[in-house]
Amino acid sequence: MSNTPLTPGIVSGRLVAEAYAHNFDDLEPVLDGHEAHVAADRCYFCHDAPCMTACPTSIDIPLFIRQIATGTPEAAAKTIWDQNILGGMCARVCPTEQLCEEVCVREVAEGKPVEIGRLQRFATDRVMAAGVHPFTRAAPTGKRVAVVGAGPAGLAAAHRLALHGHDVVMMDRREKPGGLNEYGIASYKAPHDFAQAEVEWLLKIGGITVQTGVELGRDVTLDGLRAEYDAVFLGIGLGGVNALRAAGEDIAGVRDAVDFIAELRQQPDKAKLAIGRDVVVIGGGMTAVDAAVQSRLLGAQNVTIVYRRGQEKMSASVHEQDHAQQVGVRIICNAAPVEVIGKGGKVSAVEFAYTQDGPEGLKLLDDTFTLAADQVFKAIGQTLVAPEGMAGPKLDVQPLARVWAGGDCAQGGEDLTVTAVAEGRDAAEAIHINLMGAVR
Amino acid sequence: MADLTTNFIGIKSPNPFWLASAPPTDKEYNVRRAFEAGWGGVVWKTLGSEGPPVVNVNGPRYGAVWGADRRLLGLNNIELITDRPLEVNLREIKSVKRDYKDRALIISLMVPCDEESWKDILKRIEDTEADGVELNFGCPHGMAERGMGSAVGQVPEYIEMVTRWVKQHSRMPCIVKLTPNISDIRKPAEAAKRGGADAVSLINTINSITSVNLDSFAPEPMIDGKGTHGGYCGPAVKPIALNMVAEIARSMETRGLPISGIGGVTTWRDAAEFMALGAGNVQVCTAAMTYGFKIVQEMISGLSQYMDEKGMVSTAELVGRAVPNVTDWQFLNLNAVSKAKIDQDACISCGRCYAACEDTSHQAISMSEDRVFEVMDDECVACNLCVNVCPVEGCITMEELPKGAVDARTGKKVGDYANWTTHPNNPSVAAAE
Repeated sequence: MSNTPLTPGIVSGRLVAEAYAHNFDDLEPVLDGHEAHVAADRCYFCHDAPCMTACPTSIDIPLFIRQIATGTPEAAAKTIWDQNILGGMCARVCPTEQLCEEVCVREVAEGKPVEIGRLQRFATDRVMAAGVHPFTRAAPTGKRVAVVGAGPAGLAAAHRLALHGHDVVMMDRREKPGGLNEYGIASYKAPHDFAQAEVEWLLKIGGITVQTGVELGRDVTLDGLRAEYDAVFLGIGLGGVNALRAAGEDIAGVRDAVDFIAELRQQPDKAKLAIGRDVVVIGGGMTAVDAAVQSRLLGAQNVTIVYRRGQEKMSASVHEQDHAQQVGVRIICNAAPVEVIGKGGKVSAVEFAYTQDGPEGLKLLDDTFTLAADQVFKAIGQTLVAPEGMAGPKLDVQPLARVWAGGDCAQGGEDLTVTAVAEGRDAAEAIHINLMGAVR
Repeated sequence: MADLTTNFIGIKSPNPFWLASAPPTDKEYNVRRAFEAGWGGVVWKTLGSEGPPVVNVNGPRYGAVWGADRRLLGLNNIELITDRPLEVNLREIKSVKRDYKDRALIISLMVPCDEESWKDILKRIEDTEADGVELNFGCPHGMAERGMGSAVGQVPEYIEMVTRWVKQHSRMPCIVKLTPNISDIRKPAEAAKRGGADAVSLINTINSITSVNLDSFAPEPMIDGKGTHGGYCGPAVKPIALNMVAEIARSMETRGLPISGIGGVTTWRDAAEFMALGAGNVQVCTAAMTYGFKIVQEMISGLSQYMDEKGMVSTAELVGRAVPNVTDWQFLNLNAVSKAKIDQDACISCGRCYAACEDTSHQAISMSEDRVFEVMDDECVACNLCVNVCPVEGCITMEELPKGAVDARTGKKVGDYANWTTHPNNPSVAAAE
């Protein structure tokens, strides 16, 4: 170990090897049988359960928990996957404290919800570990569907389409399928290459051809796909990032947080990853938290998230904010960057102005402060890179026959894996009805 | 996936889960929703004779026993048979059956103990196209005092007589529902068989008082300061029901008589247990009353998973599978020796096994200063109490000693099968010599 957390600049190897292994392992390990039994026993099997309503994919939560409680986690997994084929990943990354667990009647009654997310993982992990894929394709329909984007929306759509007997070609511009599951989620939330394992498991349905390194607009065009396939599903996510619009944002050491998170996910040896000593993350969402937390886990000495509005407006959940603070991230709210300051061609500090949020919008105040920084991550939102002939901010496929869209790129997208899964699944059902209606 | 279709005395249903005759099956609105939820069959709540319907109390009609976390373990009720007009029930039964031809629809009946009454009601229900009748000889409250329900079920001769009338005046399959409020359940079952019953169903509810209000000094449920005994049901009665089902299944006199198992069925596992003990299907009430019709989904998925895992393709392969293994105490192998074993990795050091063993009888578990609990094989009689009180499933197990191994407690080698009938301590063995 040549470097320490105190070494100035952006350097690798700040920690001992064991520290990396520890920091990037499962944050919350899977429940064992006894823990799952006790946790499942707490579920009241509510009627028209609030948790189920709160789940964007409407998983029958009381049923799957009862199935765990009665010793059939395999049936529980099937119940989960019937609604959400990426139930394994969602069990890891869903902000359950804002969704199912927030409305659990035991959260309301006792401040301690049934551990829905962890129970979901218990069931799905068990069946995946056994290599079982409990779905069988319907008879081939002879219809071919192009799915553009192999992220959560595309994967969910592809699986449901294949299930109905359609042939699916799923293409993605990246090297590997998975989308944000593979490139956009903090490493410690889905360690041990879970995203790829889940994709491989999902593809067991058959009838899905994966083409990676294929980019819409570069290698294929929407018109071309519409001509070649019976239907097209677009789940292309948000390919662009917002600019900081502060002076000096091009100085070396300033980077998009999404790129950092992706690189981190793809690097098996975390000791090789360079990180600053004084890291500043600008933004208030999950991307900001993931970048900040992982900066700390890589050994950065000082990590600060700076968010321009009040803490209650941060889109990162309270649970995530708490976690960030527990690992030593400082969160400063109501401050916006005015200038990134460089020294010798590298970033050395960021100057912020305090802000005031009012009915007329956000106002920069005269009061300023400066944070030392040798690395700055921008996490201020992503934007749609619309295919040729289309415009943003979200894809509108209404005018296009036989084209559907889902996930972050689409109208209803809300930057959640689970929502993308729901939209991909529902689009697939709509495509299926459309295609089979045409047959009759 | 396993085929859950069942054929019970010629009545087919897509699965063996029927709703028992009870409040949830009192009306068309409910039964339709039950069928939509997936129930394989329904026994319509008991109809009485033509005329003014019975009346129910206008205060609490249910009492309860709770377990930890206020889980409902036992429920009792003082509700009577249907309090809706006969004609309304008949019209609704016909309407439902017309739309759910693949489901079983049985009509439960309870009329006064004379031939004309039975002949009359059977004629009236003929037109409904229901699949069969169930004779309610079980209800222990309200109707019994009027010479019906368990008042009939407690007298085998009456059961035989009424069953015979029913078989004489109707071609419908006939199920006789038995009351457990009797000392030997085989007697009424035999009577039903003699009367020509196609099947028996059991158990109906058990006479009970669930609790006493210690401020008003009256039993619950309490109506205007008074209470009465009610019929007990729910998970708490399952062991009693299982035994009674097994008794009928293995009795020489009633062997082969189809049984519809009732009593605390709450999960797929409960259902499978009833079926293994000889029930051709099960009837459920309290679980549906507690959790709603939707619970049948877990029963369906669980039973079919279990059958798949066991390689069973039809429910017939499960029915009666455990009956040959139900025996009398005197035939148990006295030479089978087990010892409790504590999995130290699973142990959470609560010490409940220690307290139970130490203060019950055997003092066969040791406790170290740092709370490590271990079984002393030279004291352990394998009573199973530690397993039963341990909060961690699978933490304590009973390990059977192989033949020839030495039992540390007795110093003897584990021998071949031998039971009480040949044991030297048995006085009747000595008497025979």
